[in-house]
Amino acid sequence: MTWQGWAEIALTLVLTVAIAWPLGIHLARVLEGRATPLDPLLRPVERAILALAGPQAATSQTWLGYTAALLAFNVAGFVLLYAVLMLQGMLPLNPLKLAGLSPDLAFNTAISFVTNTNWQAYSGETTMSNLSQMVGLTVQNFLSGATGIAIVGALARAFAAHRGEGLGNFWRDVVRVSLHVLLPLSVVMAVVLAVQGVPQTLAQHIDITTLEGAHQTLVVGPVASQEAIKQIGTNGGGFFNANSAHPFENPSPLTNLIAMIAMNGLAFGCVVAFGRIAGARKEARALVAAMALLLAVAAGAIYLAETQATPALLQAGLASAPNMEGKEVRFGAAASAVFAAMTTGASCGAVNAMHESFTPLGGGVALFLIQLGEILPGGVGSGLYGVVVMALLSVFVAGLMVGRTPEYLGKKVEAREIKFAMLAVLILPLAILGLTAVAAVLPVALKGLSASGPHGFTELLYAYSSGGGNNGSAFAGINANSPWWNDTMALDMLLGRFGYIVPVMAMAGAIVAKPKLAPSAGTLPSDNGLFIGLLIGVILILGGLQFFPALALGPLVEHFQMLARTAAPLR
Amino acid sequence: MLNQLRPAVMSLLALTLLLGLAYPLAMTGLAQAVVPNAANGSLVRVGGRVVGSRLIGQMFTRPDYLQGRPSAAGDGYDPTQSGGSNLGPLDPKLADRIAKSAAALGGDRRTLPADAVTTSASGLDPDISPEFARRQVARIAAARHMDAAAVQALIDQHTEGRFAGLIGEPRVNVLAVNLALDQRFRTGKPQS
Repeated sequence: MTWQGWAEIALTLVLTVAIAWPLGIHLARVLEGRATPLDPLLRPVERAILALAGPQAATSQTWLGYTAALLAFNVAGFVLLYAVLMLQGMLPLNPLKLAGLSPDLAFNTAISFVTNTNWQAYSGETTMSNLSQMVGLTVQNFLSGATGIAIVGALARAFAAHRGEGLGNFWRDVVRVSLHVLLPLSVVMAVVLAVQGVPQTLAQHIDITTLEGAHQTLVVGPVASQEAIKQIGTNGGGFFNANSAHPFENPSPLTNLIAMIAMNGLAFGCVVAFGRIAGARKEARALVAAMALLLAVAAGAIYLAETQATPALLQAGLASAPNMEGKEVRFGAAASAVFAAMTTGASCGAVNAMHESFTPLGGGVALFLIQLGEILPGGVGSGLYGVVVMALLSVFVAGLMVGRTPEYLGKKVEAREIKFAMLAVLILPLAILGLTAVAAVLPVALKGLSASGPHGFTELLYAYSSGGGNNGSAFAGINANSPWWNDTMALDMLLGRFGYIVPVMAMAGAIVAKPKLAPSAGTLPSDNGLFIGLLIGVILILGGLQFFPALALGPLVEHFQMLARTAAPLR
Repeated sequence: MLNQLRPAVMSLLALTLLLGLAYPLAMTGLAQAVVPNAANGSLVRVGGRVVGSRLIGQMFTRPDYLQGRPSAAGDGYDPTQSGGSNLGPLDPKLADRIAKSAAALGGDRRTLPADAVTTSASGLDPDISPEFARRQVARIAAARHMDAAAVQALIDQHTEGRFAGLIGEPRVNVLAVNLALDQRFRTGKPQS
């Protein structure tokens, strides 16, 4: 551990939370339909697209209409991406003549990118043509992110309304968010990345002879443009197999810092935007505080774990050293630890170090962050609606304790909303633990694992947690490109995404119809330290109760095994 | 949901043209015009011949060259198979591999830096720690029949500190040092 390491972690988190305010203020303007500085350039494009979309894009939608539009858009996105991946061999911009994907891999990949998961059962450098990367994957990186952010608008309007009905218009939200938020941010970030050395070319291979005379094939492509939205949209699907550890995706400590700020900044910004639209700025600040606090603790815990001496190094006679297996020299333990916390705290899933080679506690904390429901700060949009669900459950629990009907942001929280909130929350243990339990006894599933014992179990649990949480990172030793894994992971991702979104939208539909109440003396304030503590408690207890038994079989057992081994040489 | 078909298809197609074609192509044009070297993979040329990328590690085995970390990418530093070993911390294969690497490097094990015996996440790590570079100075100097201080000075020149004093870790770009060694001492071949 070094003081620079701690300072880097602190600085990263402070910058990320700080940038959430300008981003959130801008996002609120976009969702409210107000003017933005880039209007002269972007308004005509926006008008043209909405005109093409037709009259459906001009009406106010109920929760059912909004949800139907959202699902239709995602189904269409899935069909297009699936077609592009299957037909890759016949399409242009494919200098290496890569063939189309197998049906199950194309299905898995299309679901993965549409659900903002970006689980990758393939290696980008040997599977995807430049056209697939651009027209297929990059597009869904934008649109799955915009889908999540659109819901921020719908949910915020539900809380702002007084006996309302409409939640806004999905088409307008998704187009405006794509054009006025995601595109300009991506352009700026892509330019910065390209200057720093991230390739941006239509070539795909460069054959060279190394200094020692060996043959080496460099893989390049339109990386910077995809890398930018991959981080900003909390997608996380790497251009290359090694993802953000690859020097062409993340060449320097500076690009690494930018990548981290990008993958959490907008997710925090969604909370800020929600607060502004719903007229609850102080309450939004409390949500940000709870999320950031838990994230900071997790980052510190991973850093502590990764700087401990590991048995393999001790056995070889090395004195205490950071666990550098699966880490890059330019990042070291600190930048790898904070990246791991931020990518699993958000549902991003980009990795700049291999989580499978982390110490049991380091990898275990990353896994637990996914299982907490991807709300610290979560994916763009999905983190916000996830944390609002947690806030509703918190005021409900508090209401039970004092015997009053709970309220949140001026809306009474009653049985109907709590049912929908619990329906959403419970989809995660059902998908994650259900599939893990089934896979744990099926040889066809276990065949894909690269390890046995508690580490193998963690690999399995991490995979389904990553899918259900729409994260996309992996204990990457797993070979998940088989029909069993491709199909069950796709199911896992669909349940985790739309099995969560639909109840949340129904909840928004119930909330929008309620009268907006002025706070009374009996209202539990939801903007102070007490509420932050309560919210953190609910998040940890809910996540802990659901997943602790499973974690005990994986990372915790492995940790005690490691203690037994590292203690011996020291004695 | 059927009445949402037209907006779904039309907006998807329009956004695909904009975000999937116009955006990456515009970025490509811009990057190629403004920073062509960086946009094309930061290639390094010697006498007009491309010998590598500044950002991508390559395999060095000769004693007169600075050597990089062990690599799990294919047979070592294969950019078509980027990735780490993905061995768990308690995997016996990891302990065996690390013990072998440590034995091959020789010297005092206790002071050996961790990056010298571990594989990176990408398998393409272009850097090593300054400590690992320092340990190789005597070998390089002997192989090239030159002064150890001169080799160390060259390594120091190519050592990059933390960004802004805080961000990332100090590091030595292996390819850059080896190019400088060859340039300064004409031939990379042992001069005996």
